[in-house]
Amino acid sequence: MVISVASGKGGTGKTLVATSWALALSSNAKVQLLDCDVEEPNAHIFLHLQVDQSQPVSIAVPKVDETKCTYCGKCAEVCVYNAIAVVQTKVLIFAQLCHGCGACSYLCPESAITEESREIGVLERGHCGNVELIQGKLTIGEPMAPPIIREVKKHVDPTRTVIIDVPPGTSCPVVEAVKGTDFCLLVTEPTPFGLNDLSLAVEVVQKLQIPCGVIINRVGVGDDRVERYCVEEKIPVLLKIPLDREIAILYSKGIPLIEGMPQWRDAFLTLLQDIEQIVSASQVVK
Amino acid sequence: MKEVVVLSGKGGTGKTSIVACFAVLARSKVLVDSDVDAADLYLLLQPEVKEENEFWSGQVAFIDEEKCTECGLCQELCRFEAIQDYTVDPISCEGCGFCYQVCPVNAVTMHSCMAGHWFTSDTRYGTLVHARLGIAEENSGKLVTLVRNKARLIAEKGDLHHIITDGPPGIGCPAIASLSGANLALLVTEPTLSGIHDLERVVSLCRHFGVLPMVCINKYDINEENTHRIENYCYSEGIEIGGKILFDNIITEALAKGLPVVQYSNSKVTQQIEELWQAISTELDKQDK
Repeated sequence: MVISVASGKGGTGKTLVATSWALALSSNAKVQLLDCDVEEPNAHIFLHLQVDQSQPVSIAVPKVDETKCTYCGKCAEVCVYNAIAVVQTKVLIFAQLCHGCGACSYLCPESAITEESREIGVLERGHCGNVELIQGKLTIGEPMAPPIIREVKKHVDPTRTVIIDVPPGTSCPVVEAVKGTDFCLLVTEPTPFGLNDLSLAVEVVQKLQIPCGVIINRVGVGDDRVERYCVEEKIPVLLKIPLDREIAILYSKGIPLIEGMPQWRDAFLTLLQDIEQIVSASQVVK
Repeated sequence: MKEVVVLSGKGGTGKTSIVACFAVLARSKVLVDSDVDAADLYLLLQPEVKEENEFWSGQVAFIDEEKCTECGLCQELCRFEAIQDYTVDPISCEGCGFCYQVCPVNAVTMHSCMAGHWFTSDTRYGTLVHARLGIAEENSGKLVTLVRNKARLIAEKGDLHHIITDGPPGIGCPAIASLSGANLALLVTEPTLSGIHDLERVVSLCRHFGVLPMVCINKYDINEENTHRIENYCYSEGIEIGGKILFDNIITEALAKGLPVVQYSNSKVTQQIEELWQAISTELDKQDK
């Protein structure tokens, strides 16, 4: 089963949940944790990742052979991202705008365009006991996270429990990370910001037709509007984590919650059972 | 007119709560929420929308099954795996139009997408330019650029001193679109290992785009050892620490009441945020000379 851990709002505790959950489950089975927050991957901090393997992630960008090019302008015409411009007898390529769709090279009437790979980040793999961690890391200054997320997700091993740490927000990187997962766990906090962004995240998972449940973190601060929202929307609240200075301090030191407070282990084991039930029930409905 | 953009790398460090306070403290300004896919600033500023615009961006492919001969060429060529069984998954489609270009029977058409809305609003504290990206939409960077340009026009027209931009988390497309061309980037961090890791990446982003960084350590008393690490890091990098803010639930209390904390209480954090704004406006004034 593949479960994504998302939130909409940043800093609600996605990585705290994902890392402790993976560690709790790994006492019984091999678990994969994919860190798809490729702009700011943090799971490795909690798992003290030893990188076994590192490989560049590239996208294909066009390269023009000017000896063949007739400057007809077809490539610039078909590129919807404005990544190619033809100015008299010069072809300008703006590689950072290129999405690597391949239309220009395929459609060039002179076959003057080949593709070369341009590195935009790295993918790293390593282990922490029974947890296999795979993370993507976007190179500083590069705008596009989705190709790296796609690359990380290619390593999903469907025979295991797979937990995906999703970036904050509701746009393309989130969709890329959540898409195709069996369940989406939404971590929120009981504040107006938490609620607003939770409701946006719920719209994303509903659009993707993925069943979801909620974890409310820092219970004790704010108000009960998040809980009321979950009742109204019939979204199960699967776990509550209190506002607790000790939890915050453990987090600040990069210590996984279940390492510093082992009493949380059972709650994370139950969490998977609850989700398995919800997923099998929703499959029956389908 | 000078623009400060508030970024953090890591989410949830307190950007929006702090920007809402700047809205109260800065005298002559326009406010921007450039976290367009999870915009929260409006919750504290209670804007009255004066102008609403549609944001049309990008396209999505559509295959007419009556015309389609199921040759499979589009499916084979699509790099985004957006075509299966001769139908387009609009969520995976990146709108490149490759399929439209190559279809031998012209069965593919491209449709423009309404990818969100953007607004110019009045608030108690001045004009706010903000946006709402459609759920699961792309092109957030373009929408960010749009709202920032609008704010710039308003600031120029009204001869306002500051543009204060509440940025998104991360270092990708919307963060880059929020940062480029700003006069100062206030980086709000927290003394956690994740916060430090992400701060270092967003500092590199500022360097990459030539924008001066300034750091604010929020919740600094959660882990004073890590706070010292951040201070040492900033010192070695030559980055000014504009302020440090205590961990205090009063910020969340104020948030639950829909108020910036500086309007809600006279606590220590209020004073610390006032000093932070002072440090920022001093730095921006310096750049004028």
